[in-house]
Amino acid sequence: MRATLLIARRELGSYLRTMSGYIIAAAVLLVDGILWNAFALGAQQDKHSAEVLSDFFYFSSGTTMIAAVFLAMRLVAEERQNGTLVLLTSSPVRDREIILGKFFSAFTFLAMVTLATAFMPALIMVNGKLSIGQVAAGYLGLLLLGSAALAIGTLGSALARSQVLAAIISGAMLVGLIVVWLLAAVSERPLNDVFLALALWGRHFPPFQAGVINLRDVAYYLLVTYFALFAATRVLEARRWQ
Amino acid sequence: MIEVRELTKYFGARAAIRELNFDIRPGEVVGFVGLNGAGKTTTLKILGCVLLPSSGQVRVDGLEVTAEPHEVRRKIGFLPDVPPLYDEMTVGGYLAFAARLRGVSGRDAPARVQESEDKLALRDMHDEIISTLSYGYRQRVGVAQALVHRPRLLILDEPAAGLDPVQIVEMRNLIRRLRGEHTVLISSHFLAEISQTCDRLLVIQAGEIVAQGTEEELAASLGTAGEIEVALRGPAATALEVARKVPGVLDAQIAHSAAHETVLKIRAREDCRPEIARALVLAGHQLLRLDRGASRLESIFIELSHRERLS
Repeated sequence: MRATLLIARRELGSYLRTMSGYIIAAAVLLVDGILWNAFALGAQQDKHSAEVLSDFFYFSSGTTMIAAVFLAMRLVAEERQNGTLVLLTSSPVRDREIILGKFFSAFTFLAMVTLATAFMPALIMVNGKLSIGQVAAGYLGLLLLGSAALAIGTLGSALARSQVLAAIISGAMLVGLIVVWLLAAVSERPLNDVFLALALWGRHFPPFQAGVINLRDVAYYLLVTYFALFAATRVLEARRWQ
Repeated sequence: MIEVRELTKYFGARAAIRELNFDIRPGEVVGFVGLNGAGKTTTLKILGCVLLPSSGQVRVDGLEVTAEPHEVRRKIGFLPDVPPLYDEMTVGGYLAFAARLRGVSGRDAPARVQESEDKLALRDMHDEIISTLSYGYRQRVGVAQALVHRPRLLILDEPAAGLDPVQIVEMRNLIRRLRGEHTVLISSHFLAEISQTCDRLLVIQAGEIVAQGTEEELAASLGTAGEIEVALRGPAATALEVARKVPGVLDAQIAHSAAHETVLKIRAREDCRPEIARALVLAGHQLLRLDRGASRLESIFIELSHRERLS
């Protein structure tokens, strides 16, 4: 655990010491701000506060997943490219501690960026009423979705030899998991239930948007995070044979 | 300190190293010599617990690297061929991170960082960002991270690569200072450096150890003591004739001849410098310089490479 925290602290420092972290944060806030103004606030017809908030979480889920891919692509692939991974792999640190340390740092940064968007929902209070429960559920959903996307990105980064390739692999895995619900429409039971249950966004995120927290959805995102990080650890271990 | 038995590593169908066997005793400074692609880096990475072997046994301080890699890594300081530096960190911050990573407590880390900075003359660079450092300083930081936790075994892959002559001398002095404190295994292309800093050499060719021992032992096993270089004043032809008659001399040639100085290059079976000096002086030549030649290890290495190709 000590090594995990050490690695996480160094990684988090690296986001704050280099431009990459600030660029990703600025891009997320800019895109979220534009979408907020164009869709949530700028709609033609009147909306209830809950609908505005739901729209905010809807498009924020997209920016969160994209930010997760960009944050995660460097985690292992950049170190392999720069030759710094050997500092970690030659130290008395387990491969799972390396993966966890890197994941926690990226998750902390993503959480900071996500929570920095809170001023947008707060603006609803100017002309409407804000449900704290819906806000809390929405942000919990964003963090869980971000965690799953980051873990998938970490797996992509462990698999790839370059950051670009890592982003492509992670993006492909994420899109695959998002659009898997389309297969549900063209398949029969019980297969369509499996596809729906696997879908990263379609079935599991909308309840959070509406302010509902289902244990099933929380468990799904935590399981995706666990399995992706487990696979990333295995990939790192396998690299010692190559 | 290190026991390597039948160590083999395959990358796909290609064997990078094949059935290596060697031992390194505690406190020794051993040079690992070989051409590019001979298997030096692969061997060092296995010893550094970065790579796993395909077969064979490696024991470091009695611990098997595949069974107890975690414990082995605590005893090792590893500098790969490219120093693993985080460019955005300060030298002090980076060394503290490396120390903590290797198990040094937060309380002891500042003292260990200071100690390694002192050894590598990096105190003035403590607060410098690594990306702003010159190549030589980056290499020094790389060595500092390898010894910041006081490892018993130090593995240095090409520590002098890319350094200028002054930095090479500094690196050589550093490695000499490490003698006794650590067991050191160095790989290098700079044979002269290896020759001056190491107690013993391991010569690797195409993934196999083809020779090991001190420079003298290698020279003796090849039946040659390498080159002897003589600078003298006097007729070159006579000097050549005299030199060739000295017992043990295999061949002598004029390397350079000018009005004030003639340089002879002599190949001898054994170190017969006293006999050569005596013969030349008795023949009336003025001896200006006599040494074993800077390229003795190169001669041994080339001879070994040649024999390996023939076999």
